[in-house]
Amino acid sequence: MENFGFLIRELPWFWRGTVVAVEVLAGVIGLGLAAGLGGAVLQVYAPPPVPALVTALERFLRGIPPIVLLLLVFYLPWNLPPLAVAIVALGLCSAAYQSQIFRMAIQSIDRRQTEAARSLGMSSPQTILYVVLPQALRRAIGPWSNEFSSQIKDTSLAYIVGVVEILRQARYVISYTYGNSLLVYGFCALIYFVLTRAGNAALYRLEARLWVPGFERRGLERRV
Amino acid sequence: MREFLELARRFLPELLQGTKVTVELTSICILSGLVLGWGIALGRVYGGRIIYALCTAYVELIRGTPLLVQLFVLYYGLPDVGIVLPPLLAAGIAMGMNTAAYQAEYFRGAIQSVPKGQVQAARALGMSRLQAVLYVVLPQAMRLVIPAWSNELIYMLKYSSLAFIVGVPELMGRANLIAARNFRYFEIYLLVAAIYVTLVGIAAKMLSFLEEKTRIPGLSSLG
Repeated sequence: MENFGFLIRELPWFWRGTVVAVEVLAGVIGLGLAAGLGGAVLQVYAPPPVPALVTALERFLRGIPPIVLLLLVFYLPWNLPPLAVAIVALGLCSAAYQSQIFRMAIQSIDRRQTEAARSLGMSSPQTILYVVLPQALRRAIGPWSNEFSSQIKDTSLAYIVGVVEILRQARYVISYTYGNSLLVYGFCALIYFVLTRAGNAALYRLEARLWVPGFERRGLERRV
Repeated sequence: MREFLELARRFLPELLQGTKVTVELTSICILSGLVLGWGIALGRVYGGRIIYALCTAYVELIRGTPLLVQLFVLYYGLPDVGIVLPPLLAAGIAMGMNTAAYQAEYFRGAIQSVPKGQVQAARALGMSRLQAVLYVVLPQAMRLVIPAWSNELIYMLKYSSLAFIVGVPELMGRANLIAARNFRYFEIYLLVAAIYVTLVGIAAKMLSFLEEKTRIPGLSSLG
């Protein structure tokens, strides 16, 4: 039982790691959302060579493990700080998945709505902005939440490029308390479990609030 | 560009050795996850209260924590209680246990998507509960789950790269060794990326072939 005492003493370090993990998550989700939504709009609405290029990029990003992308960005000639490396690499990975979600949501909106909006005199950007996206984004919430919860867990990969997140702090704690690996990593698992649970609960609430009757609800979760 | 091709020519054989380990590791994990996953899924759908609770707890625990943490608990944590696992075994067990939980969820969804009326009809025809599950539900559920299961396999293929962190000489591990010798990190990882994209492409092709081969006209998840 005296073993658990040191965990309480080291709690501030785990807290710091958790804050960094949440920072990574915010960056990754932000970048993924912006690039993913942009990519999806380009794939559906841009003139011919663009959609094919975006799709090729998306396929590439979805075909390689996030670790490979992390290390590729890490060894770029510009010497980015670890946090930036993690956000860019994991953000691009997430963008590829999010663009797929948004593209399917956009394509699920009836074409005739676009035709109707155009015939009422709305411009093409207006139609996308005021008719298609408000509906498509709502439809995307379910699958998007799955992407969000898997990203919570994927922030742990930032460990590899040296971001001092939960697992890195855990390593430091283990090395100066001489051992206790099982307890410390078990505690990390608990932190992630609570984070994932809290994130999911928050998203379910958001989903329930924005949900429009007749729209699809959340399905199975994406991996990791 | 020519320099890059020269690099590729020189190091591809070594990288392909690592690729072999990646494929082996993924296959073993995905298959053990398949067996365990079906067990858990059946336990969650048809099991009694205790079995249901145990299976659900397992799935929630595994899906609520990252694979990397699970790997660390097994590889760095277990020696504290006297269990020392070699890297490959630790990675294999961590990945197998991880994928089992996700596969179980896909299987459960597939089992539940077979209409209840079919089981009732089978029971009315005099089949036992076990027979109904074995001969009516499972043959359909297994087919329905192939698309979701393909995604899982592709994920495992990519996430097997985590094994390099504990020192398994799979594709990423080999790449690190090579890059540490010649400092051509970026180019080597680019090669690795190309190999993974190829592997994922092949796996996707094989699985859609399997889906096509086992298809029964009229049976679809939308039905």
